[in-house]
Formats: sequence, structure tokens, C-alpha cells
Amino acid sequence: MRQIQTIEPGATLLAVENVSLRFGGVKAITDVSFDIRKGEVRAIIGPNGAGKTSMLNVINGFYHPQDGRITYRGATRTKMRPHVAASQGIARTFQNVALFKGMTTLDNIMIGRTLKMRRSFFWQLWRHGPAMAEEIEHRKFVEEIIDFLEIEHIRKVPVGKLPYGLQKRVELGRALAMEPELLLLDEPMAGMNLEEKEDMCRFILDVKEQYGTTIALIEHDMGVVMDLSDRVVVLEYGRKIADGTPDEVKADQKVIDAYLGVAH
Amino acid sequence: MDILFNVFVDPFLQMRAAPDLLVQTLWEGLVSGVLYALIALGFVLIFKASGVFNFAQGIMVVFAALTLVGFHEKGVPAWLAVALTLGVMALLAMAVERVVLRPLVNQPDIILFMATFGLTYVLIGLGEFIFGGEPKQMITEELFIPRGAIDVAVLGGRVTFQKIDIAAALIASLMIAGLALFFQYTRIGRALRAVADSHKAALSVGISLNQIWVIVWFAAGIVALITGIMWGARSDVSFALQVIALKALPVLILGGFTSIPGAIVGGLIIGLGEKLGEFYWGPLVGGGIENWVAYVIALAFLMVRPQGLFGDKIIERI
Ligand SMILES: Nc1ncnc2c1ncn2[C@@H]1O[C@H](COP(=O)(O)OP(=O)(O)OP(=O)(O)O)[C@@H](O)[C@H]1O
Ligand SMILES: [Mg+2]
Repeated sequence: MRQIQTIEPGATLLAVENVSLRFGGVKAITDVSFDIRKGEVRAIIGPNGAGKTSMLNVINGFYHPQDGRITYRGATRTKMRPHVAASQGIARTFQNVALFKGMTTLDNIMIGRTLKMRRSFFWQLWRHGPAMAEEIEHRKFVEEIIDFLEIEHIRKVPVGKLPYGLQKRVELGRALAMEPELLLLDEPMAGMNLEEKEDMCRFILDVKEQYGTTIALIEHDMGVVMDLSDRVVVLEYGRKIADGTPDEVKADQKVIDAYLGVAH
Repeated sequence: MDILFNVFVDPFLQMRAAPDLLVQTLWEGLVSGVLYALIALGFVLIFKASGVFNFAQGIMVVFAALTLVGFHEKGVPAWLAVALTLGVMALLAMAVERVVLRPLVNQPDIILFMATFGLTYVLIGLGEFIFGGEPKQMITEELFIPRGAIDVAVLGGRVTFQKIDIAAALIASLMIAGLALFFQYTRIGRALRAVADSHKAALSVGISLNQIWVIVWFAAGIVALITGIMWGARSDVSFALQVIALKALPVLILGGFTSIPGAIVGGLIIGLGEKLGEFYWGPLVGGGIENWVAYVIALAFLMVRPQGLFGDKIIERI
């Protein structure tokens, strides 16, 4: 693996350069470039079908762009397998929640520790000694996350039985269990009521403050975007139409047109 | 009325009249059941990890057994032959992952299913090319598989336990327990269950699908070898052996394609049902029902519990 650098806060953690992604005739992303700086909340917004989710999928290796390059922590790549992205510190949540439905909240978040578990699996056949000690350590970490997200009451509930808002929270917990450097959140507040949204906003800000995690956030709720993000990139029909601080973007005529659905 | 009596009363009277025969039948059913459970487990592991019904499971049994015998015929000592055969099964698992699964990832399940057809014919061709088409003798003494039988006085009669059956039941049970524990309690097991639930979520937390695939296909290869040894020792090792994989189908209908306990309990139910059915109800239709009675049991069961033994209740959203 190429060398991975440690990135100082404020420096570029991830750079997307001239990325294009097509599905047959559908151009999901066309020649998009932007960067994400260490420690910031970077929002990606745009109307439905703009290519936001596709962009996250490119970043964590689910999709491989036909053109362009991604530079993460100083290493440039065109293709990457998702589990390698995960091992380099990229975690994510999904627009439509992808949890392990048959497992409890606790187990779901515990799975987020997979890459942190170093003991070989033969050790675990003997569930004592070093493997046991390690398991306990991971459990402690997971319990902290559960406290942090205020989901103690559903620790032992199979997540398939939980309401949508809580599932989204468990999914965030699983991503946090990976101790990511870069956290990709795809509409973390979709389908939530006001109170749940406020909670989620608080969690996101706390994650940024407490762990210094860099966050890329897709969100449709403009209020939330303006409150949370440091910088915003705006996509429309797969192209970047604006990039800047929330205030700059809000005042941009192209953005206003895109959101009002003005004909091109 | 006669027919009702023959179906619903007479068999039970027979069981009461000769309890030793009942014990004998139950024992034979148990032995078959444990072996069916083992085969079904091979299917379940692969289905859980990759959503594929592995049509090649049967030929893997033959291929593993032939490889073992083939090494031994070349003068390799038995224990080394077993080790080498395991090595071959590991290579096969890696090859399947690389050549079949990886290129076909994200294709519809039916495509993968068809690919296992292809794999079946590749293995048949390869097996015939390397080992020839004639049936071979399974090595038994060399593997410490006992011959002969033990007679035990039971309930006023005698019950015969074939030593090879005892060995088969023991080894298969150990194997099943080992696999079940492995996939329940280890990190790999947790990863497998994660993959079974959601591929993309598993990938996003850093689980490598490819690694899991190799592991489950290798596990299925081990299952195939054990099945091949046990079944091969009772008859001989030939390509006809692959039909025993079909015995796992009713077990899977009963236990569900994704449930490890389902495979175990389902295997036992089918094994017992088959032998009891054959012995007590078979004569009513002139015998020979062993080949299809398992399907009847499985289908009858499905009418009562469409979700299978351990599945969650299916509630259709309308
Ligand atoms: N796997 C795929 N196969 C084919 N087309 C795809 C695929 N994924 C995305 N697309 C297409 O790419 C375009 C961008 O989709 P994408 O999901 O990235 O949009 P989005 O900005 O996330 O939209 P939304 O706000 O609705 O979630 C759409 O036209 C979509 O149909
Ligand atoms: Mg989307």
C-alpha cells in the first residue's frame, strides 16, 4: 500500500479531481473537483438525482469512476475496494439505512470494531486470555458510543424492530465504532421528526468536536446544512455548480435557480 | 376403513410390538440425519455468504473423495493424503472466489447459480481426466474407520450398530458442532453473519467479501471431504455419489437456506422421517419410498410453517 500521511487540521484530507462516473448512458457525475479539509464538516447538496450519493460511493470505493482521481491522505488512486477504504479510515452511513437487521444494536456497533480486532480468530476459539481481554476492551468502547448516542435502552433489541430514526442512530454508532478519520453521512436526518433531527445535529457536532472527525454530509434540509457545515459543494445533474461557505452558496444565483427549478 | 387403519394405527401397533426394531430404525435414521445435516450445512454456509445455491456441492463430495483416494493410490500415507486433499479443497475455494464469484459479483443470483452448474461440469471433467471414470474403494482402515458391527440387547431384542455408522455419526456431529461454534463465536463468524445480512454494510465496515467467500467455500470443501469419506466407505467412491447432495434439498426446504440450526434440526427430522417412513409405511405402497418421502415430509411441514423451521414469520406488507 502506498504511504499514507498524517494530515494536519485544516490541510486537505481528501481531494476529488475531475471525477466522472457513468452508468451506461446515464452520466451520474461529470468532471467534478472539490476537496475536504481535515476537521471540517463538508456538505454536499443538490436536487434529487444530482449525483450526491454516487459521489460518496466513489469516495469509499463502491463505484469506480471512469475518469478522474481521488487523493486521500496524500495517496492518489483511481480505484479502491470498499474494505480497503474502510481500513484507511473512511466510514459511512447509507441513505436507506444498511444495518444488520437480525442483530442487536450492540452487535451492530460491535461489528464496526471488526478492523480494530487484531487477534487471530483461532485465539477466539479460546475465549479467555488475550482475546478475551481484547473483546472486553472493544465492548467498553462500544458502550461509550452507546452512551454518547443515548441508545442504552435499545442495546439488546434486534435493529430490524427499531423505528427508522433510531436505526439511523445505530448506523451512525456503527460508523463511529470504526474510529474513522473521514465520516461520510448520506442524509442522516431524512425521515426524522424535528426533535430527532435536533439530536442528530448535536451528535454530528459533538463527533466533530470530541474526536476531530472530518465529516462529509449529504442533506436536503437547508437549515441543517447552514448550521452544521463549514463549506458546501453544490451538485446539479452530476456537475458542480457552486462551492463555498454556506453564506456564499446561499447567495449564488445558480444555486437559487437549481433549487427553484428554473429551466436551463 | 382398512386403509385408514393401515396408515394411522397399524404402524404404531408394530412399533409397540417390536420396540427393538423401532430402536434400530431410529438409530439408522439418526445416522442418516446427522450426515444430511452436515451436507445441508455446506449449502447453508455458502448461501449465507454469497446468496448462491451451490449446485456443485455434490460433485465437490466426489471430487474430494477421489482426490483423497487418488493421493493414497500414489503411495502417499493416509494422514498426509487427508492433509493434501484439504490443501486441494483450499485451492479450489480460492479458485472459485477468483474465477467465479469475483467477476460475477453484483450479477443476479440466477447467474451465480448457473455458474455453479458450470463449476459442476468443470469438476466432473477434471475428476474424470485425473482419476478416470471407474469407481474406487475408499480407504478405511488407514483412516481408522472401523468395520464390523456391535450387537446390543435392547428391550427384549437385539439391535445392530454398524461401527462405521457410529464413527460417521460421531465425526459428523463433531464437525457440525465445530462449524456451528466457529460461525457463532469467532470474528469470522460475526463477519459471515454480517455479510449474510447486508453486503454493502459489511463492506463499509471493512469486511472483505472475498476473504469470507474463500473461507465458506473452504468450509464447504471440508464438509464435502468428510461426507465423501463417510458415504464412500459405505459403498464406493464414484460419480454416482454426487446425488447425495440432493438429499440436502428437503433439509433446506425444511430448515431454511440461511439457518445453521435449521440445517441441523432439519437434517435430523428428514433422516428419522425417511427411515421410519420406509420401514413402517413403505410396505403399504410396495416399498422404495426412501427417495421421495423426504420431500413429502418437507412439503407437509411447509404447509404448516411456510417460513421453515427457524425463519421469522413472514408478514407480507400489502
Ligand atoms: N447503480 C446505479 N446504476 C445506474 N444508475 C445509477 C446508479 N446509481 C446512481 N445512478 C444514477 O445516477 C444519478 C445520480 O444518482 P444519485 O443517487 O447519486 O443521486 P443523489 O444526488 O444521491 O439523489 P437523491 O437526492 O435522490 O438521493 C441518477 O440518475 C441515478 O439514477
Ligand atoms: Mg442520494
